[in-house]
Amino acid sequence: MVEGAVFRAAGLKKSFGPIQVLGGVGLELHAGEVTVLMGANGAGKSTLVKIVSGVYSLDQGEITLDGKPFQPATPAEAIRAGVVTVHQNIADGVVAALDVATNLTLDRLNGKGAPLLFNPRRVRREARKVADAMGLSIDLDAQIADLSLADRQMVAIARAMAHEPKVLILDEPTSSLSSAEANRLFKLIDHLRGRGVAILYISHRMSDIRRLADRIISLRDGVIAGVFGEKPLDYEGAVNAMLGQKIGLSAVAVRHADGAIFSSEHLKIAEGSTPFSLTLGDGEIVAITGLVGVGKTALAETLFGLRKPLAGNMNLNGRPYAPKSTSEAIDAGVFLVAKDRAENGIVHDFNIYENMSLPFLQRLSRMGILRRGAERTTARQQISDLGIVCRTERDEMGTLSGGNQQKVMVARWMSQNARLFILDEPFQGVDIAARRDIAAKLRASSAGRTTLIFVTELDEALETADRILVMSEHSIVGEHRNAEVDMDRLLAEIAGQPVRGAA
Amino acid sequence: MTVRDLAMRYGFLALLAAMIAYFAVSASGFVSPQSAVFIFQSVAITGVLALGVTATLVVGGFDLSIGSVATTAMMAAAYVMVVLEQNALVAVIVCLAIGVIVGLINGFLIVYMRVPDLLATLGMMFLLVGLQRIPTEGRSIATGMTMPDGSVASGTFSPAFLALGRHRFDFFIPNLVPVSVVVLLILAVLIWFFLEYTRFGRMMYAVGSNERAAQLAGAPVKAYKIWAYVISGIFASIGGILLAARLGRGDIASGNNLLLDSVAAALIGFAVLGAAKPNAFGTAIGALFVGILLQGLTMMNAPYYTQDFVKGVVLVVALVFTFALSRSGQK
Repeated sequence: MVEGAVFRAAGLKKSFGPIQVLGGVGLELHAGEVTVLMGANGAGKSTLVKIVSGVYSLDQGEITLDGKPFQPATPAEAIRAGVVTVHQNIADGVVAALDVATNLTLDRLNGKGAPLLFNPRRVRREARKVADAMGLSIDLDAQIADLSLADRQMVAIARAMAHEPKVLILDEPTSSLSSAEANRLFKLIDHLRGRGVAILYISHRMSDIRRLADRIISLRDGVIAGVFGEKPLDYEGAVNAMLGQKIGLSAVAVRHADGAIFSSEHLKIAEGSTPFSLTLGDGEIVAITGLVGVGKTALAETLFGLRKPLAGNMNLNGRPYAPKSTSEAIDAGVFLVAKDRAENGIVHDFNIYENMSLPFLQRLSRMGILRRGAERTTARQQISDLGIVCRTERDEMGTLSGGNQQKVMVARWMSQNARLFILDEPFQGVDIAARRDIAAKLRASSAGRTTLIFVTELDEALETADRILVMSEHSIVGEHRNAEVDMDRLLAEIAGQPVRGAA
Repeated sequence: MTVRDLAMRYGFLALLAAMIAYFAVSASGFVSPQSAVFIFQSVAITGVLALGVTATLVVGGFDLSIGSVATTAMMAAAYVMVVLEQNALVAVIVCLAIGVIVGLINGFLIVYMRVPDLLATLGMMFLLVGLQRIPTEGRSIATGMTMPDGSVASGTFSPAFLALGRHRFDFFIPNLVPVSVVVLLILAVLIWFFLEYTRFGRMMYAVGSNERAAQLAGAPVKAYKIWAYVISGIFASIGGILLAARLGRGDIASGNNLLLDSVAAALIGFAVLGAAKPNAFGTAIGALFVGILLQGLTMMNAPYYTQDFVKGVVLVVALVFTFALSRSGQK
């Protein structure tokens, strides 16, 4: 441990319109240390990174770097001051059309004092210096487009390190890397730590965090929920702080299922993952929880016919179920409310009722001709059922709040009877009132089908489900009835620790 | 409703009405059944092509090959009748088949080969422009022409086929409405009904607005995209049939303006009734708008070379209506 912080932030506040994203965040980074920042979606991680890297300006609070005030107005200013960020999207860090050498020295092509002419030999000489300093063994003549993601990531980091920063911020650098590739990255990070760089490492992956962290900071709802610096690190505590759980939730009257609607055996959804079995009963709501990137969406997509399982079989209503397309899944009564509604759900050119009727147009038309009256009646029914706040069913989607948009997405699939109703992150970007409405509606209507929700936030699972399953590394590792849940075991399973006792 | 909403919704139709009023006052003979029919006739072929390209715009694509599909169909019709000495029915079937095949190839290239729509259809355009000249070594096709092997083509355009371009139906006045105008109106109503009132049309709009959402709602997205290009190909080949019937020969030099004119009509259509998206009614109005403008200018003795300039101005104004005033343009 090195005493004294290189980078110190205190009372950082940032709002977008009426929404406060950061509510007074303080953190310190020390030279030669990896500080891991954990936080669920929407906790404010990216906002924090963007403030520190000069993309956003600060509403309140102060940052010091080496004891001097640090308030970058642009990303370039942040880099000059010695704070360099490698963003999550690798494509932002490298220029795919150029070779490795040019990428490594790209920043020297701009700015004052840059030579007018492009001298390939000098570029290669400088690039060699940068690569050697980083211990990077990579063909400098290779085209970025031909490199693996891991190699591109290395180049992006090496390029960032060419600025000799005091602080390096890595935003989920392993999210698209395999474990072997990630290991190479970790070696590089060890190397940088040895050189005394203060590293802020943002990740959800527990394996990364165990491997690298000197300190863990948990961010939740825009405030620091916990700082863990004492060895051995309290990983469970960090996860707990990040996911949070309020005691005294509106308790769910847990129901028992009436017999299986869906079952699967030896299901394998990713290379190298452990096969698992899954049984979903009539009338129950099952929540699958787990950190980001553990395969929740992959499982949802497998059930909905968007991807094939690598092994194993699925049964629906006692018959084999192997959908080849989304329409086969829908015909079989398997509906999915996809996550990220703006990307995967809303048809922006359509109004409310057109968005709602989308999957069931066949049933709402006669000989191919739409029955608009029926569409609008169905939509009005759903609007009143779910309490969607709008003027009429012909309102444009853009005029609705996030919570109401999400209600429309759920309503889209509620007009017909499902056998297996899947909702992937249904409460993302939804205010608390809308979240309660949706959860209440799901519980009230759950008879006759099985409902499966995928959530990262533990609260959402505890508030909604009869049964909670835990997912880790593309497999199901734990099961809990949502009554007197053993929180310690649940959190340990989420954090991917060896489970004590039988599941 | 705010002023901006009104401007967006009715601005372009008001412009159209004002234009008609202006020409009615300043160009004598502008307001007459014959003049109206002439306007329709002048935009019939472009209009048919524009309605086809609207289908590809709806699914978020684009078809640059329509002009060359039309001229290829025209050359094929002439070749089938003049060289192969077949009847009108065979000629029409061959033309439609060309449209379907080109549409399928375009769709295949875009959906399965992942070639961007503009590039795939641009390539197809070049290919067809060349292909239509190969059988006759670059010569136009007419009765009595000498073939590359030295023989003389003795077939003729069948009267039934020529009637498609020259017959006029009685409509209050004898011999008033040409077949091409009737074809335009029928196709316009068909595609309008298809896009607005059938579930297939609704799904095509969904595919164009958010492909992923449409897929997750169970739509066979690839099939819809391919169908859009097939529709575009068929409409373009119908345009080619009308062109061949009007000219009575396979003219290598005709049809140069078809692509740009019809794309302009479809884009102008975005501005009609504030739709801010491709729509069949708008496309028809867009085609008419250009036709009326050119007819009026011609009757006022504006020189021919100002026509393209005027079309360009109209297109730019229409695009401003669409994108500057509409909300969806501001995202």
